[in-house]
Amino acid sequence: MLLEVSNLAVDLMGTAGAQRIVSGGTFALDEGESLGVVGESGSGKTMTALALMGLTPENARVSGSIRFEGRELTGLREEAMLALRGDRIAMIFQEPMTALNPLHRVGAQVAEPLVLHRGMTREAAFDRAVQLLDHVRLADPERAARAYPFALSGGERQRAMIAMAIGCSPRLVIADEPTTALDVTVQARILALIDGLRAESGMALMLVSHDLAVVAGHCDRVIVMYAGLIMESGPVEVVLREPKNPYTRALLEARPQPGASRGRRLRTIPGSPPIHHEIGAGCPFAGRCDLTIDICRTTPPPEVRFSADRLSRCHRAREMGSLNMRTGA
Amino acid sequence: MVLYALQRLAVLAATLVAASLIVFAVMSILPGNAAQTMLGSTATPEAVAALAHKLGLDQPAPVRYAHWIGGALRGDFGLSYAYGSPIGPLIASSLAVSAPLAIMAMALAAGIALAAGVYAADRRGRTGDAIVMGASQIGLAVPNFWLAILLVIVFAVSLRLAPAGGFPGWGEPMRALGALILPAVALGVVQAAVLTRVTRSAVLEALNEDFMRTARAKGVSRRSALWRHALPNALVPILTIMGLQFANLIAGAIVVENVFVLPGLGRLMLQSISNRDTLVVENGVMLTAIIVIALNFVVDLACAAIDPRLRGLAA
Repeated sequence: MLLEVSNLAVDLMGTAGAQRIVSGGTFALDEGESLGVVGESGSGKTMTALALMGLTPENARVSGSIRFEGRELTGLREEAMLALRGDRIAMIFQEPMTALNPLHRVGAQVAEPLVLHRGMTREAAFDRAVQLLDHVRLADPERAARAYPFALSGGERQRAMIAMAIGCSPRLVIADEPTTALDVTVQARILALIDGLRAESGMALMLVSHDLAVVAGHCDRVIVMYAGLIMESGPVEVVLREPKNPYTRALLEARPQPGASRGRRLRTIPGSPPIHHEIGAGCPFAGRCDLTIDICRTTPPPEVRFSADRLSRCHRAREMGSLNMRTGA
Repeated sequence: MVLYALQRLAVLAATLVAASLIVFAVMSILPGNAAQTMLGSTATPEAVAALAHKLGLDQPAPVRYAHWIGGALRGDFGLSYAYGSPIGPLIASSLAVSAPLAIMAMALAAGIALAAGVYAADRRGRTGDAIVMGASQIGLAVPNFWLAILLVIVFAVSLRLAPAGGFPGWGEPMRALGALILPAVALGVVQAAVLTRVTRSAVLEALNEDFMRTARAKGVSRRSALWRHALPNALVPILTIMGLQFANLIAGAIVVENVFVLPGLGRLMLQSISNRDTLVVENGVMLTAIIVIALNFVVDLACAAIDPRLRGLAA
């Protein structure tokens, strides 16, 4: 296994005490595999990604175990973590507009990891950056390398971000909503680019997204997060075809369906995700779920394992196949 | 960048012309007749009129303006009514005190502010931050003349480390420099308090930008991200404030110049105003305007050199 995460928890320390915003995160990722992490805003997916990078905010406490290439990352010294970041594990961020430094040339920013991790001179790294920009199929890479970020379009900037991430041939790339800020057509091209790079380099991908369609098309496996908990995980086509968790199913039903009759309203999930201190003893989804029974309100949902890599956290997970949510589903 | 510089240069020239017109207009409508002042209240109207004619005060405004600008361009600023000596050397000698004083005070302020501001931003909410912010609060509250007097009592009177006042002239560079140290500290500490706060908030803002996380994700260390990625992004607001402060220090050091009996620009202006020495005031104010405008130009260029987006606007 390239990455094994078990019982990952992130607590934010505030004046009102600690708030657990990620809990019991257990998942694994093999070499070359791609894992989708799906959830609403505030579900803890970005915080999970940042925990892997060791870049959680200063007031956050990370506990549990993160093993990467057989090495424990939690509690690792900062210098050792610095050597991993951008070299073995790289990250692509959501907003290509603001994720690049406005004052540095694009080429210099793409070159920076090469200078840090490969000991290249700035000049040599800049030349290599031009090649990398060409590799992510940026038109006129020489010009793009000399340009400042404001002169590039959103799609071009995201390609530059990707070039920056793959420069040192990382084994794991974490992409946090890499296409959310882009036009739909640009999104498709960026995702195809990431797929292509993954195929040729064998790097593993952790794709964080709120978009099930994106995950469905580009990932082998998926984990669905809600209020800091992994609600369901498994092979992507199985989870999407036959969800074993009411939350996953509600997300699927909220998607527009191609070929659905016009004028039909999309199903929504009533209410909004709980704020962390509101989570009581039971299941965090209990208040919004239409399969809620008494035990859901009093007892945390158990992890129900269907197979080695298929898991649902729900009191009624085993009944899911036979239960229909609301009518018309 | 060249295009941007030329554009700013055109703005600079236009601003200078506008400033000279305003200075001239204000001095023209000012009550009080220089000829009357020079001759005293007992002078006959005929004598005043004759002197006014000799000084060219009876000519129409456009002629006087043209005469003033034409002379200034040739380096001839006229004679001081009060001292009877050429104004050029008079102002130059006061600037020889004020400019080095302002530079020393600004250098001190910038040194303190950059170090303390970045330090406080890096340790936001912790003890170090609280100490820096508390100190800057005190710096803001202390009037510079009070600090000046305190410095005189401690360093000049008690410890005898520096002169209490006066200026020996640049003929003795070391003593001249020594005479400017206490005034520079008195001026600089207050400016440092302001600039520290500006620096802290500008750096904090930059630290919260998304690109800082990108830099960290690349493996850039915290310290290096702070200095190489955050600070340059914070420099534009810092430089802008520094430009304003520097202009203020050149012309606005009157109180501290008085405490230390320094023959600076502020003192010269104060005396000339009370003497109705309008030509000196006119040229002194114009010089101040030129310095402010030139500083703005330099700050604009420096900001554009740092931030490519500012140059982009001109293209």
